[in-house]
Amino acid sequence: MIQPPLTIDAVRCAIQERKTTALALMEDHYERIEKIEKEDEAIGAFLTVCRERALEAADRIDRMAAEGKPLPPLAGVPVAIKDVMSTRGVRTTAASKSLEHYIPPFDCTAVARIEAAGAVVLGKTNCDEFAMGSSNENSAFRPVRNPRALDRVPGGSSGGSAAAVSADMAVAALGSDTGGSIRQPASFCGVVGLMPTYGRVSRYGLIAFASSLDHIGPITKTVKDAARVLGVIAGRDAMDSTSADLPVPNYVAELEKSARGLKLGVAKEYFGEGLDPEVRHAVESAIDKLKSLGCEVVPVSLPHTPYAIPTYYIIATAEASSNLARYDGVRYSYRARGVRSLSEMYRRSRDESFGAEVKRRIMLGTYALSAGYYDAYYLKAQKVRSLLARDFEDAFRKVDAIITPTSPTPAFRLGEKSNDPLAMYLADIYTVTADLAGIPGISIPCGETRDKLPIGLQILGRHFDEATILRVAHAYEQAA
Amino acid sequence: MKVTEKDVVYVADLANLELTPEERAGMVRDLNSILEYVDRLNALDTTNVEPMAQIPERFGVDESRQGSERFLYATRDDVVEGLRKSLSQEEALENAPDADGTFFRVPKVIER
Repeated sequence: MIQPPLTIDAVRCAIQERKTTALALMEDHYERIEKIEKEDEAIGAFLTVCRERALEAADRIDRMAAEGKPLPPLAGVPVAIKDVMSTRGVRTTAASKSLEHYIPPFDCTAVARIEAAGAVVLGKTNCDEFAMGSSNENSAFRPVRNPRALDRVPGGSSGGSAAAVSADMAVAALGSDTGGSIRQPASFCGVVGLMPTYGRVSRYGLIAFASSLDHIGPITKTVKDAARVLGVIAGRDAMDSTSADLPVPNYVAELEKSARGLKLGVAKEYFGEGLDPEVRHAVESAIDKLKSLGCEVVPVSLPHTPYAIPTYYIIATAEASSNLARYDGVRYSYRARGVRSLSEMYRRSRDESFGAEVKRRIMLGTYALSAGYYDAYYLKAQKVRSLLARDFEDAFRKVDAIITPTSPTPAFRLGEKSNDPLAMYLADIYTVTADLAGIPGISIPCGETRDKLPIGLQILGRHFDEATILRVAHAYEQAA
Repeated sequence: MKVTEKDVVYVADLANLELTPEERAGMVRDLNSILEYVDRLNALDTTNVEPMAQIPERFGVDESRQGSERFLYATRDDVVEGLRKSLSQEEALENAPDADGTFFRVPKVIER
């Protein structure tokens, strides 16, 4: 039997060489999940497990291995899926009471693609309700604990996916990122999180939060694993008209190229007020390490960065207010009982099934789009979004990638920010910019605080240039 | 105070939310605190800046065309079941809180 921590290639090779089976690995992971989640301080990473579906997938791989056939890239890899991605026949809740009993009749393209590549989907992971949050405390079912420090949040919104990978309950996971929801939890849990370029990965079957900002991407233990998963899920999908019709590079092969000679930008706007001194120190040490690997470090300016959070929270909530109008209690979402009219049914169904943060965002977004305020808020935010995108265009004329901290602080305590929405929003200060500009970003571990809390390094790249940020991340990971 | 309780009631109505009196009071407080922070956007002069609604506007569009023609790359032929088979009536109604086998059932719309 092979022991955790497991990587994708190790799993595939071990099954191919008949040292283990996909079935045995699946059972191991379910046992581990059961054991961890039975403890008093359970992590709470999973909302649903789908044993039958996993069994079928594992069986297919084991039969291929028995016949000596070459195995697909994710063969037998136990994977966790954030519960905002639709899975045919498997409950998909978005961690909302509104969808508590919803069973989708179709599969999300990204999920279908990893399964076609041999992955064994173990279950659906906890997250903030409709992916709205930075701590996973907005789940309608239960908060998630950080496996590296049980009194702390795992980050959000893909907190369950990051925690599952961090605690070896899955080898890899899929998350979604609208303002930092893959990278920030990856940084808090000490794992790798990649948000691809907008349009790189189909969002068909992703429960929509903010359509001009939503991305699907991998959460893994290593940079190479992130490259493997990206290679599988990337590429045009006719079911998502925003997915780009561009060739998909061999991301794993690209990792072998040296990082020597790459120009890395460092922007002072990401090292200002509010940055934890230990995080600053770790990120500066990482930059020195990259210098010693032959990268050239160049100062760049991203002057509109201080405007990113207000821009983001207007655009994201405006889009959310429109996307969440579909939860009306008619077709698949929660319906209130004892109502007398259609309009009362809409209101009470939404009132009773949405959590506080979801209501807050629907209200803010509706306000920003309402007559008399549209120009002052929504249109203004869209214009500032142009300026933020232009900042990156200018910087990427000078550098190949930009290095920043992923989050200004390490994981905070459960309950620490849950009563102050604005303080919670500021946790996304270094991640929302990439979502707004549509550029790719990766968070990789770069050390720990004195209290053993993981710290994340963020690497941002040009549109559709995931290969370069993966290369820099891999070079750092191998040297660190 | 930019947002009053009256505004909250009006916006909740637009959003098909009811909100309890406690929720309304909390909403007045939170929306004011967030919008006060958002006001820092007014420090920027955006007079000649084009609004950005979508990322693909910055790549992939055919700039030689006009209007929505620029996004032709994202279109497809309008044919019945062109990309996948439609859901059966049974599948489509499976998650409905109330259905009669043919239709979704809702409370009466017209009051008399």
